[in-house]
Amino acid sequence: MERKLKHVAVPSSEITPKSLYLSRRDWLKAMGIVSAAALLAACLPQRGQTPLETEAGGGSGPAPSDELGDPANTFDEITHYNNYYEFSTDKQAVNPLSANFRAAPWAVEVGGLVHKPKTYSLEDLLRFEQVERVYRLRCVEAWSMVIPWTGFELNRLLAEVEPMTGARYVKFTALYDPEQFPGQRSPFYPWPYTEGLRLDEAMHRLTLIATGLYGEVLPNPNGAPLRLVVPWKYGFKSIKAIVRIELTEEQPATLWNTIAPHEYGFYSNVNPQVDHPRWSQRTERRIGELGRRETLMFNGYGEEVASLYAGMDLRVNY
Amino acid sequence: MLGWLPLALLLFDALAGRLSANPIQEVEQRLGRTALYFLLASLAVTPLTTLTGWRALPPRRRALGLYAFLYAGLHFATFVALDYGFDLPEILRLTGEKPFILVGFSAGFLLVPLAITSFDHFVRKMGKRWKRLHRFVYIIAPLVIVHYGWAKKGDLFALRGDILQPLLWGMLVLLLLVLRLPAVRKWVSHLRQKITSVKSV
Ligand code: HEM
Repeated sequence: MERKLKHVAVPSSEITPKSLYLSRRDWLKAMGIVSAAALLAACLPQRGQTPLETEAGGGSGPAPSDELGDPANTFDEITHYNNYYEFSTDKQAVNPLSANFRAAPWAVEVGGLVHKPKTYSLEDLLRFEQVERVYRLRCVEAWSMVIPWTGFELNRLLAEVEPMTGARYVKFTALYDPEQFPGQRSPFYPWPYTEGLRLDEAMHRLTLIATGLYGEVLPNPNGAPLRLVVPWKYGFKSIKAIVRIELTEEQPATLWNTIAPHEYGFYSNVNPQVDHPRWSQRTERRIGELGRRETLMFNGYGEEVASLYAGMDLRVNY
Repeated sequence: MLGWLPLALLLFDALAGRLSANPIQEVEQRLGRTALYFLLASLAVTPLTTLTGWRALPPRRRALGLYAFLYAGLHFATFVALDYGFDLPEILRLTGEKPFILVGFSAGFLLVPLAITSFDHFVRKMGKRWKRLHRFVYIIAPLVIVHYGWAKKGDLFALRGDILQPLLWGMLVLLLLVLRLPAVRKWVSHLRQKITSVKSV
């Protein structure tokens, strides 16, 4: 049982060292073919795997890539292009502004309709089995990245607190601290950031609480010390710097849904057929590439998650 | 001359790799904002002249307007060429689907006749009609503000989301337009004359 371990329960063999990742990316850059995804796909062995099997294993592992064969974005790209409105609406300003963020000590209160409510420290949470997942992240602004996260499946945590039978939703709340988050002084948002999932979405094996990136501790601009990652939904669903997780009977209010309900639905599944009044959701630009790609239904995770929405009209429940 | 500076800075940042991880979007947004700034500068000339009595600005107004047109054109070209790779069916579809693009398009479209008639030849030939035509800018500027506000995440009219900048620029446009109302204008120049006559006594 992983939970008995004192510290980060990541077998060192499970995570590819960043130096390896980077040397590979540098080589690619030197060859000037960083965006030649098709070329890369041909020489990567992971093609045809499922998203659960993207864990890069072993020291001599190849560069991380998702199960479709596309390479991960660089550490630099992932940490310098961030939508994190608590710091700034300027994606490039988030990294410098978050440099002194206090991600430790940290506590997450897990409660609501559960039998065993508990406040977890970050160390407690790192005892859940840590896995590496290379996921696509599709922002509602029609850009996307491939990101090698480390973290644990949310269902492990939820199982431990034992949801009551009446629990139907999970509500997440991020830190409220205008001293550290200059963006929270803006009156135009209902701070703090809140998000929500249906309980079965939260229990899904793909739903991750990320605690790391490229095998390193989760960097501040990406939501340190821990954030949600729901790869088949638009990026804004993946709330950062979580301090509270509550099980509820009613569908919780979420920040973007409160601001503009007609634009940001509760579900916000990646769906090229449901248009957004501002950005076309038919296509997206993968960061590092020039052209646009077609956006995939459920961001390419349909095989795993489509059954969650069987019988639902996704045009109504967008 | 100064009007080329933003373009030079953009090229410089491009060469230095400082256009973020998503350079196409960065270029598109920066060109759009630069166009807006020049448009507002051209709109500010008359009120500033009324306020200060300074005569150096009016001769530069046409250049400011033309730079606004230049950057709006580059902004549009970035959208068509770099962002959507000349995919015309998709671009037409987007223009029909997204109100903010339609509004931007309208503003850009209305700028064209103003730019064409900015040569001395037309100014002389059109006389009063030239003035009337160029008053279109009073419609174009608010259209651009709506375009800007709608291009951002949030809801401009409900005052929610990422709308601070479009809101501030929009208030400036409103101020610049109000200062043009004949009554306000008279009052302002009256005030100025009073102040200067007090000073010269
Ligand atoms: C001619 C047709 C036009 C089209 C098709 C167009 C298209 C666009 C698009 C697609 C965006 C969003 C860019 C993004 O966030 O990725 C945008 C933003 C913007 N556009 Fe336009 N536009 C047009 C005309 C104009 C004009 C005439 C102006 C100003 C004079 C203008 C000023 C702006 C500004 C200020 C932004 C926001 C930049 C930011 O986010 O900081 N646009 N436009």
